[in-house]
Amino acid sequence: MSGKSVLKRIDWLSVLFYLILVFIGWLNIYSSTVTEAEPQILNFSALHGKQLFFAGASILAILIVLALEVNFYERFSSLFYLIAMVILLGLYPFGKTIAGATSWYDLGFFNLQPSELAKVATALALAKYLSDIQTDIKRRKDQLYAILILLIPAILIIPQPDPGSALVFFSLLFVIFREGLPLYYLGILFLVILIFVATLKFGTLWLTISLALLTTIFFLIKRKTFKVPIIPFASALVAIVLFSLSVNFVFNHVFEQRHRDRFSLWLRLEKDPKKLEQIRKTIGYNTYQSEKAIESGGLIGKGFLEGTRTKGDFVPEQHSDYIFSTIGEEWGFLGTSLVVLTFTFLFLRLIHLAERQKNPFSRMYGYGVVSILFIHFLINVGMVIGILPTIGIPLPFMSYGGSGLLFFTILLFIFLRLDANRLKESF
Amino acid sequence: MKRLLLSSLVILIGITFLGRLSYLQIFSFSPDQIAEDPAIKTIYDYPERGYIYDRNGKLLVGNDPAYDVMVIPREVKPLDTLEFCSLLNLEKEKFIKQLRKARIYSPRLPSVLVHQLSKEDYGRLQEKMRKYKGFYIQKRSLRYYDTNSGANVLGYISEVNERDLAKNKYYVQGELTGRTGVEKQYEEILRGRKGVQYIQKDRFNRDIGPYKSGSLDTIPEQGKQISLTIDKVLQEYGEQLMVGKRGGIVALEPSSGEILSMISGPTYDPALLVGRKRSRNYTKLYNDTIANPTWDRSILAQQPPGSPFKTLNALIALQEGVIDVNTTIRCYNGFYVGRSKKGCHCGGGLRNVNSGIYKSCNAYFAGTFRKIYEKFETTDEGMDVWEKHMKSFGLGNYLGYDLPYGQKGRIPSKEYYDKWYGDNRWSSSYIISNSIGQGEVLATPVQLANMTAAIANRGHYYTPHILKKIEGEAISNPKFTEPKHTTIDRKHFEPVIQGMADVYRKGTARWVQIPDIEIAGKTGTAENFTKIDGVRTQLTDHSVFVAFAPVHKPKIAIAVYIENGYYGSRYAGHIASLMIEKYIKGDVTRKDLEKRMLEKTLEHEYAKPYSGEEFKINEYVW
Repeated sequence: MSGKSVLKRIDWLSVLFYLILVFIGWLNIYSSTVTEAEPQILNFSALHGKQLFFAGASILAILIVLALEVNFYERFSSLFYLIAMVILLGLYPFGKTIAGATSWYDLGFFNLQPSELAKVATALALAKYLSDIQTDIKRRKDQLYAILILLIPAILIIPQPDPGSALVFFSLLFVIFREGLPLYYLGILFLVILIFVATLKFGTLWLTISLALLTTIFFLIKRKTFKVPIIPFASALVAIVLFSLSVNFVFNHVFEQRHRDRFSLWLRLEKDPKKLEQIRKTIGYNTYQSEKAIESGGLIGKGFLEGTRTKGDFVPEQHSDYIFSTIGEEWGFLGTSLVVLTFTFLFLRLIHLAERQKNPFSRMYGYGVVSILFIHFLINVGMVIGILPTIGIPLPFMSYGGSGLLFFTILLFIFLRLDANRLKESF
Repeated sequence: MKRLLLSSLVILIGITFLGRLSYLQIFSFSPDQIAEDPAIKTIYDYPERGYIYDRNGKLLVGNDPAYDVMVIPREVKPLDTLEFCSLLNLEKEKFIKQLRKARIYSPRLPSVLVHQLSKEDYGRLQEKMRKYKGFYIQKRSLRYYDTNSGANVLGYISEVNERDLAKNKYYVQGELTGRTGVEKQYEEILRGRKGVQYIQKDRFNRDIGPYKSGSLDTIPEQGKQISLTIDKVLQEYGEQLMVGKRGGIVALEPSSGEILSMISGPTYDPALLVGRKRSRNYTKLYNDTIANPTWDRSILAQQPPGSPFKTLNALIALQEGVIDVNTTIRCYNGFYVGRSKKGCHCGGGLRNVNSGIYKSCNAYFAGTFRKIYEKFETTDEGMDVWEKHMKSFGLGNYLGYDLPYGQKGRIPSKEYYDKWYGDNRWSSSYIISNSIGQGEVLATPVQLANMTAAIANRGHYYTPHILKKIEGEAISNPKFTEPKHTTIDRKHFEPVIQGMADVYRKGTARWVQIPDIEIAGKTGTAENFTKIDGVRTQLTDHSVFVAFAPVHKPKIAIAVYIENGYYGSRYAGHIASLMIEKYIKGDVTRKDLEKRMLEKTLEHEYAKPYSGEEFKINEYVW
């Protein structure tokens, strides 16, 4: 197959969204790292220059991804997965420690973050396993295997420590749900999170009272129409109350203070203004500063390179995890809403593309791509705008980081390569 | 369902994010960005406050440079403490203590180490300062008074408080603003406009460079110098005469309404409210609630005007045609209101306008007052006419002069008495005391002076004002340059002025004549009361005097109000004559009188109500 025909059939809309995001991302990295002494764009010792280099490298990667045979990815996905896991393991003896986390290999000219690579490999491997003719997702054993595929890299990454990146792998559950994992699993998961949050926010007592009240009302209404299975119902209630009690225990005795602080900041648990101020200055400093920076942008922002808080370095990690706050300060609501809409449209477009695949592997991989990108977007932006607790993961295509940009690009373009081939039956 | 799960979640999150962002960036957004931005430091460059001169170009208020030695504790490097302390004339213990205090306040922000060095010390230190890292000298400017008088007129400046900050966005914490007097009234002219410089900082509070390359910065605008209408010499002279007395003196130039002097006694040296001892002195002055030196009596003390008020009643009667110059009224050493007799000191006999004024006959003016009311069918109508005429002299309302404080005084209206006695339940005999300036009428010294100026001008006055020039340019505000006309025709003034001139020649003030100057005046003796332990007690009369001179082409109109000074010519009359002589001749020939007035005090009178003992009033002790 010639590269030319691939370029003809590739989904240019997705490519456009991709290019918009990378461009906006680089512009804001430039703004948050440039100094007035050295304003050159092509300065490869500066971070924005390095990022420009990786943007070039990504184009090269795109060309390679598109040039490769389409069934190459499906055929070798298990191997990729295996290699990725070995590389992850290899971090423990050979990795380089930056800011307390052993998450990088020092390759001389740049630091490779293998967890980014593992995301691509895991998405491929999961698609491969689920699309196998022998896999039946209704079977408990197969469910377990599928979950194991995304659990292994997560477990390998947690002790680096990099819990944020580990969390990303659980987003691949969306793929399994799409392929038939019963949705009540999701219901249970949702219930667990709900009880957890409700317990912290309102306390076990109020939770129990309101639950009891709801059940009584439910009984009174439904009494005539059907017979309520009292015993399972009651035991479910008891389980909930017990779980709620255990949440209290875990929160107070298992969690460390910094975890508790994050939750109390997120859920606004702390009522004492003095302590709140303390939390704001320490654990909540990043969130507070980034919220303020975004807020100060207003509707139209302060203008490119005019962000005073950005220039003053008030928001830490502003070129990487907190890049969105630069956008907020300098481009205002117009900029932030453009980014949010571009991401949303990209995701919806990719889901649409995935659904139209004839090959189940392509569809599942497509879902994997959306899930991974989406969870990054959700957690990162949610954290920067102060509605989710602080979890350090980058914003795809936009945050500074060579490995990130390169592997997010590869992740996306493997799917676009698969999609470009969807009408061809011959694999 | 399973197909829609992820798409709907994506849409839901998209909407949530847009909602949160619009909340942050549109609803919480505050447009006052620069002030709140921790990344921008604002540096102000303060212009020098404008100088204040008197009407003849003599300096009243200037500025004095003061040099504070500042310290930024974090930047201090090890130094030769002994040498530095000897340079600063500071003991080593004190130095260490100050440094510790500064560090506790803030290691990063400057604190004052030594206040207000002298110019000589500054010169000596300036060159050597470079050696000592973390220390520098900051120049400040303090108000300097080239006079020890006029404290209440000139006013003082002090640091802005929360209320000022809320009211006026211009100020920031720690800045100075005019608090009273001219300093407050002409704050914006004197102050100028501070220059602003914005500096971009990083999160370690280090300067990175000018914000927006300095495009928003402004340079300071100098404060303007102003000239007041005050005559420095007269003002100082008047204050010397007021030593030991309470009351107010206001002198005006009738032809322009310019305030030549505005004296309140007791007063204080304006220099007390400058510099290091300011707050201690202020508390002392403020807590003196008996003598009340910070209360400007010349514009705030509303008192019964007493006999000078008779001149206005005469004018109104002439204007209304109820008397002419030949109309006579007999004085029976007093007059009757119903069955009760009120006294008069004029000696009795037939009185007309002329002798009524120069002998200050109560009976004549009570009769005249009745005639005004008898002209009309109802007392209400008479009251309205009387009130209208009175108010046309600037009484009973704010005069509109350019000082920040004032009092209305009082010209009672029919509504006032209706409230007091009930509708139609009062007549002219109820209010007869107003004919002689007692009763319900009240006026401030500045109103009395203005009334006198209106008489001197034969029927019009210019609103009194204190500002003469800004940067050498005369004011053109029509409020002050256009005359206000009274409701009395010009022709009626001559007989009244004749009476006032005779006050000097042969009347109640014949003792206070000034050689070569013809004066028209009117004495006043105002009864007054206070409460001692809840009992209404009469005190020694207030001594009142209004005058203008020369009678033809008047140059000065003056009102002198001396609390508890007994009869009109005793204190007020003498002081007024000295002031007039000083202003017109430039010097006083009657040295004996001058000496007596400078030395006499009324402290013994003011002590009486607080003595706790029985006391006599209106004693003839001289």
